[in-house]
Amino acid sequence: MMRRRRRRMTTRLPTTCSLPITTTEPRPDSGLITSTRNQELPPMAETLTLLDYWPSMFGMRCRIALREKDIKFEYQEQDLWSKSPLLLEMNPIYKKIPVLIHNGKPICESLIIVEYIDETWKGKAPLLPSDPYERAQARFWADYVDKKIYEGGRNVWSTTGEDQGEAKKEYIERLKVLEGVLGDKPFFGGDSFGFTDIALIPYYSWFYSYEICANFSIEAECPKLISWAKRCMEKESVSESLPDPEKIYMLLLELKKKAGK
Amino acid sequence: METVKLYGAWPSPFSYRVIWALKLKGIPFEYIEEDLSSKSPQLLQYNPVYEKVPVLVHGGRPICESMVILEYLDEKWPQQPLLPSDPYKRAEARFWVKFGEDRGPSVWMIYRTEGEKQEKARRDALEMLTILEEHGLNGKKKFFGGDNINIVDIAFGGIAHWMGVIEEITGVKLIEDNKFPLLKAWMHNFKEVSFINENLPNREKMVAFFRARRSMILSSA
Repeated sequence: MMRRRRRRMTTRLPTTCSLPITTTEPRPDSGLITSTRNQELPPMAETLTLLDYWPSMFGMRCRIALREKDIKFEYQEQDLWSKSPLLLEMNPIYKKIPVLIHNGKPICESLIIVEYIDETWKGKAPLLPSDPYERAQARFWADYVDKKIYEGGRNVWSTTGEDQGEAKKEYIERLKVLEGVLGDKPFFGGDSFGFTDIALIPYYSWFYSYEICANFSIEAECPKLISWAKRCMEKESVSESLPDPEKIYMLLLELKKKAGK
Repeated sequence: METVKLYGAWPSPFSYRVIWALKLKGIPFEYIEEDLSSKSPQLLQYNPVYEKVPVLVHGGRPICESMVILEYLDEKWPQQPLLPSDPYKRAEARFWVKFGEDRGPSVWMIYRTEGEKQEKARRDALEMLTILEEHGLNGKKKFFGGDNINIVDIAFGGIAHWMGVIEEITGVKLIEDNKFPLLKAWMHNFKEVSFINENLPNREKMVAFFRARRSMILSSA
């Protein structure tokens, strides 16, 4: 029988979809954003808003990146079943979150947002390595996460019976590929937490749901990957950005009920 | 200087993206043609994850995935930049590249299917082209990159040369006469550029190859 593990996280998001919106009043000297002084900044009223949805792995990537760099931003929870005019205006092509709105201009697609954050706020916590070959590897593996891990996970929770068995097997194989890439390094980027780590760690908050739905243990299959995940969770930028896995599971149950599964 | 090798396949638009970037930047390279029906041990060793072309090998180290390769080339050889220097404009360019990666396969689905599946692929492809016309090219100059070709133009190069071949073989017309004027102009401008024009697979050869391959795909479906 599966033992329900209680994963303690330092920050719990409320069960309702509304998150407290944190805003900072514009300061007379440098505006809203905490950033390095040698950046070219407009003097007043700089705004940074993240349109997001609390269980979204893609949104979590952006939250982590902003927090890694200590950047103040306004978080705006979106209702994906009744999309706001702002979301539709800022992402007319995909109509999806996350969207980062910087001084009124939208940036869409999570990994593109993370690179934008890295290039705009260069002073602290570089998210990509400096060497072009290492950067290429980081981008390749983040792309692998997008291609193989999102859909793989969805197949695990949304199927049953034999299909689910297949989906589980496939998913573990893909996680093992990543485990192989990680090797004995503390993070995918080596000694520092970086781009590939940011791309993958949000899925850790969903592992609990996959395990319950498909009755298996990811830790048993990929112990090194789970050690890596726990190491990431020790960082405040990560623990503050990932919701409680149990809350995600409750949401999943609700969604499944609505879909009649 | 460390050697640059490109493992590619002549029918592949993804291989050509890298060829165009190398030519644009004037980077000398050795090209190795891969037979995709019988992949070389080197290719499988350099790209164990996907076993696909293109693979760039620089100083013995492989980089896979065409758009990852292009960003690598831009960082190692900054002349004739593929991406703008401003972070916001870079994010915009990357957005269109990703859009092409996400929606481009619908054109290939037209090629790989028939009946209802092909009809759905046609609708998806038309939606993609409409978005390009109305949002991507609207207000632009000759190219996505302005006066000169950039990473987005290269990413969409498949549309300029391969899409017409797919239209011919399948009989599914996407770019109909008076529609998509901006896209048509862009396709024409793109193929006029010398380093593109001089590096395109022969159209007749493409038609013969893809026609034969489509028969094989449909008969084994």
